[in-house]
Amino acid sequence: MAVDILIVDDSAAIRKILQRVLYQAEVPVGKIFEANDGAEALDVLKQNRVGLILSDINMPNMDGLQLLGELKGAASAHKDVPIVMITTEGSQAKVMEAVNLGAVGYVRKPFTAEQIKEKLVGLI
Amino acid sequence: MDIHELLAEEIGSATIGVLTTMLALEAEAGPPTLSAVETGPSHGVAAIVGVAGPYSGTGSVVCTETVACRLAGAMLMSEYDSVNEDVLDAMGEIANMVIGNIKTNLEERFGAMALTTPTVIHGGDFSTRASGKNTWTVVPFTTGGDGFFVQMMLVEKAGRVSSGPAMPVAVAL
Repeated sequence: MAVDILIVDDSAAIRKILQRVLYQAEVPVGKIFEANDGAEALDVLKQNRVGLILSDINMPNMDGLQLLGELKGAASAHKDVPIVMITTEGSQAKVMEAVNLGAVGYVRKPFTAEQIKEKLVGLI
Repeated sequence: MDIHELLAEEIGSATIGVLTTMLALEAEAGPPTLSAVETGPSHGVAAIVGVAGPYSGTGSVVCTETVACRLAGAMLMSEYDSVNEDVLDAMGEIANMVIGNIKTNLEERFGAMALTTPTVIHGGDFSTRASGKNTWTVVPFTTGGDGFFVQMMLVEKAGRVSSGPAMPVAVAL
């Protein structure tokens, strides 16, 4: 069954590259939604349910870790949605913070299509 | 190894890593130089990212419009004849990845640092400078006959810069 996916990144270039990788990954991708930051992502999720979220960390307005905190919070309707962080923030502290907040995966930019595909195994 | 040698090495490996992985481009680094001002063409695109923490400063990727279009085209698998939103966004993301990876590698030595979101300047007759009298480590690159510069200025927080990122100021010439 096709899975709807939300891509959250303030770079349209990265959103476009991730879309291309997803369509090439031979996984059942449904609709792909896009958001420019965490706040926009929450707006998208008010109207739509998705099966996977790919999110940057370093974004204006609401960053990826704040978004993660919101989505994994007790009152969230999306707490079971797997979230993979895709970011230049590769420090051990940031990785641990994301994992502790509930991220299921972490990919450091620059990334290869294979690295993204590997992270999707078992999630879609 | 002093800070400039360290930055030159990090700029070289991060830039080549980003170009190889995300743009499928081979690149070669030229000899690094030190400069009191940011280096590069005064017409074109400058993508700038600030760093703050135990060491603060600024990093940038600077090139002509033609090279910016080629780098963006390689990244997005498209062709661009002129600089548009896609090109500016791609240049910002290239700078974000290059400077972000340098920052992450330097954190092992200097401690945790924060990264600003990228600022991209496009136009003619501009130059950029950081506040204070600091020295840039400048590395020229060539890829497929095109040239561009990646440079970084980083100083210890207790020294000459404030606790915030040293964002450059665009100056009309």
